[in-house]
Amino acid sequence: MDSIAQLLLNLVIWAPILVAVLMMVFLKEELDFLARPITIATTFAAMVGAGALFLFFQTGSADYQFVTRFNWVETAGLNIDYFIGLDGINIGLVCMAAVVGFAATACSWEIRNREKEFYVLLLLMIGGIIGSFASLDLFFMYFFHELALVPTFIMIGKWGRGKDQVYATYKITMYLTAGALIALAGLIMLYLQAPAGARSFSIDELTQIFAQFPINGASQSTIFGLLMFGFGILVSLWPFHTWAPIGYGSAPTATAMMHAGVIKKFGLYGLIRVALPLVPEGAHMWMHVLAWLCLGNILYCGLVAIKQKDLNLLIGNSSVAHMGFVFLGIASLSLLGVMGAVMIMVAHGLLAALTFGLSGYLYNQTKTLDMTKMGGLMKQMPFFGTCFVMAFMAGCGLPGFANFVGEVMIFFSAWKVFPVVTVFAIWGGLVIGGVYMLRAIRSILHGPAKDEWFVVSDTDDWWRRLPFVLLLAVLLYFGVFPASLSNKIKPSAEVIVSNLKAVEADDWNLGEAALKANLASQKNK
Amino acid sequence: MEAKPMFFEIAVLVIGLVALLRDLWTPADKKQGVGQMVAGLLGATVLLALFSGNTESTEAFGGIYVLDGMAWFFKKFFLVAGFLVVLLSIDAAKEFKSGIGEYYALICFALSGMLFASSANDFTLLFVSLELITITFYILVSYRRSVTASLEAGVKYLIMGALSSAVLVFGIALIFGITGTMRFTQLEIVAGEYVSNPIFLFGMVMVFAGLGFKIAAFPFHVWAPDVYQGAPTTTTAFLAVGSKAAGIVLLMRVMFDAVPQLTAQWTNVVIGISAITILYGNLCAIPQRNLKRLLGYSSISHGGYLLIGVAAASVAGQSAILFYMAGYLFTALAAFGVIALVMGATKAEDISQLAGLNKRSPFLAFALTLAVVSLAGIPPLAGFFGKFLLIKAALEAGTLHPGLYCLIGVAVIGVVISIYYYFGVIRAIYWSKEDADTTPLNVSPASGIMLAICVVGMLLIGMFPGLLLPAAESAVEGGALVIAAH
Repeated sequence: MDSIAQLLLNLVIWAPILVAVLMMVFLKEELDFLARPITIATTFAAMVGAGALFLFFQTGSADYQFVTRFNWVETAGLNIDYFIGLDGINIGLVCMAAVVGFAATACSWEIRNREKEFYVLLLLMIGGIIGSFASLDLFFMYFFHELALVPTFIMIGKWGRGKDQVYATYKITMYLTAGALIALAGLIMLYLQAPAGARSFSIDELTQIFAQFPINGASQSTIFGLLMFGFGILVSLWPFHTWAPIGYGSAPTATAMMHAGVIKKFGLYGLIRVALPLVPEGAHMWMHVLAWLCLGNILYCGLVAIKQKDLNLLIGNSSVAHMGFVFLGIASLSLLGVMGAVMIMVAHGLLAALTFGLSGYLYNQTKTLDMTKMGGLMKQMPFFGTCFVMAFMAGCGLPGFANFVGEVMIFFSAWKVFPVVTVFAIWGGLVIGGVYMLRAIRSILHGPAKDEWFVVSDTDDWWRRLPFVLLLAVLLYFGVFPASLSNKIKPSAEVIVSNLKAVEADDWNLGEAALKANLASQKNK
Repeated sequence: MEAKPMFFEIAVLVIGLVALLRDLWTPADKKQGVGQMVAGLLGATVLLALFSGNTESTEAFGGIYVLDGMAWFFKKFFLVAGFLVVLLSIDAAKEFKSGIGEYYALICFALSGMLFASSANDFTLLFVSLELITITFYILVSYRRSVTASLEAGVKYLIMGALSSAVLVFGIALIFGITGTMRFTQLEIVAGEYVSNPIFLFGMVMVFAGLGFKIAAFPFHVWAPDVYQGAPTTTTAFLAVGSKAAGIVLLMRVMFDAVPQLTAQWTNVVIGISAITILYGNLCAIPQRNLKRLLGYSSISHGGYLLIGVAAASVAGQSAILFYMAGYLFTALAAFGVIALVMGATKAEDISQLAGLNKRSPFLAFALTLAVVSLAGIPPLAGFFGKFLLIKAALEAGTLHPGLYCLIGVAVIGVVISIYYYFGVIRAIYWSKEDADTTPLNVSPASGIMLAICVVGMLLIGMFPGLLLPAAESAVEGGALVIAAH
């Protein structure tokens, strides 16, 4: 059983990549039309595989499961393992990535030009990002992430839309490259903190080494700073978020779904997987900064979203704003906060994919996303409209959707640590979020029907409806049965948080000791 | 026998002479045969070098010439580079009006100079091998005699090269005058006494200036863009890979074998030069429209990245340099190879000539894309792992020299800038809006093999660095000394 599941995890990662390579090499240009069915079959298989892994996963254990591990590079100066496995933190993300991957493929029927290349890149993206979530070796985590990231740039550049396409391509490329490199510098510094000879990029070995040889405070602060801003840029941490709305606005539908939904979560995942457990003292030092910066995401980007006339820019800004909640959950450094953060990562991945998928469908019907020009589309497109309303309600944090669960967890946990920030965040989340989401619904779906939109048609065949239904179903499932996911997250999150708590206690003891020593020395004088 | 360690140098010289002889009785329309013969012989030599496996350290001429791990590594490197350049030239040399046979002979002579450089353990051999390389390159650069730009490039290279040789020899004279020795192993013992002697320091500055010219480090880079642009593309490729690597290996020999004490003092200078070189190369590349000039500036910036490894001054730094050079070999040759083929067909060097390349020849477009992505340092290609190793080495040494942290910051900025113009190349290939010429481009078997080797090399080194990294590490440990020991 174990070896089958282990093989399955490898297949979920490598099958898309292998199919991509095979397609690139062997699929002739005349057979371009085969690219889409092949990709759909592959991503469907990957989704089924990931779902099976979710079922096989042993709830209640904090150990890595389905582990594959062998040495990739081992020399005097470098030790890298191919090391993949799942635990509570990444099982949900892997499944979410597989579901979104399938939905994104199903939504890309708009691509008519150079289909083969598009689907090759999409498959690389899907395999790469699942690989980076499943990797328990820092080097491979980075390596797979880059594999997923680079196609994003090419896809926006080649199949993107809108007047800002070229600018957006350059902007997203340069921002994300800079972010990835800063994070890489942090990861390498982390590797170098281990004593020479015992160095490793594997997370479990690093954990053991650092338990034995703790990193000093100054290095922890530097490393956490590098990781926080490096990963932060990748997740559009305010004020480094400006690439996101314009990038998604110009991206083809599938790319926006994959990047906003899945690839962007890598930065958050890195913070939870690497930064919190391995540099816990650094985490304590930087948390206040992160908590205030996340307000920038929630309030500033929320307010910007209110002013948007273009639907994609609105969704882009709202997705940046939602990232603020995850940052807040991480900043609370508590069990509930970390669990909530993972919960929202999964939920928002599905939600972002859903909203971008819907807006992509709308754009194909109307050839514009200018909300001031729309209105009354509910009458024309009842099915689309229903999905749209549900998605945007989920975005407001309506109970019943998985987002609500995560947000509530985060607000409860953050309240104890950052009451002021939390008050503002709840305002931002509920009021500002409500304003722009509801306004979008009103201006697109409600109101008098305009004549020029009589031509638009609803998603009439089941095939077009499937991705939306699928994403909504998973969102609702995790919203109604959150325990199926949170019970899996809990043991792994507990390990991380207990480590953080231990450090805090140490700090306290140290501080007390220092105070006593100080007093003693003053007495002596 | 003294000549035995120099087997490959002599073999390459002989191949050059054979090419000259064969040229004498080859009719003008069959000159390609000379190239094919040279490629075949060099290919056999490469195989011999790769499988000879002998890495025992030996010396010749009383220690002037050494054959240690580093020498072996670079000999293989230069032989592969020379072989690939000759393969590429079989096609590209058609544009020369005359002297096709001599072109191959000259490449062989330059190559033997590089092989000698990799073994130099004495300032005399350093100077002689550099002159052998530089003087042959004066001719190779100005080979397109009917093109003014090529002649201009040749003259520029001649003047700057002669000047730098003069500076170099002057520096060597000063060092010899003050220390009484030119042997690196002996200098290493006495250099400690002279680290504050102004004449010695002045001599060393001159030597570094001379070597800086070879690797086109700021401020000795001024020749590079013009020469890269004007020279025949095959020469440019050889210049970018071979000549730069010769400069790097000699720089490593001088800095780590001859005067490690001084290197430890000058780390901040190297850091500064590296940072400026990276920024200068990358910033100047942005507005370029001429592809060869663009790659010229990009090559300057890669020289800067290599200096990161020199500044780190550790085993990790040096092995990172070796690894980076090996990746750069395949990457740069692939880029110049595609440019040579495309430009040979269109007779123009503007970046817009790449428009529609993916329709004209998907293979060339693919190879150029991979090369550019690798130059930009994106996984899973060779360039990424090289940069990864350099950054790791610099971070490792950063505790000794905090300036290295700033250098890493500059390198990151440099990479981000470089994405901008490398991306421009990909953009030109795949989605330029200009109306493109769509006549299919045929790739001859020789060029096809050459590009295929480069593509495989880039991918293999990038995806399985474990194949090359142990070789790079053992090459460094066997030869050079570690600064920390001093």
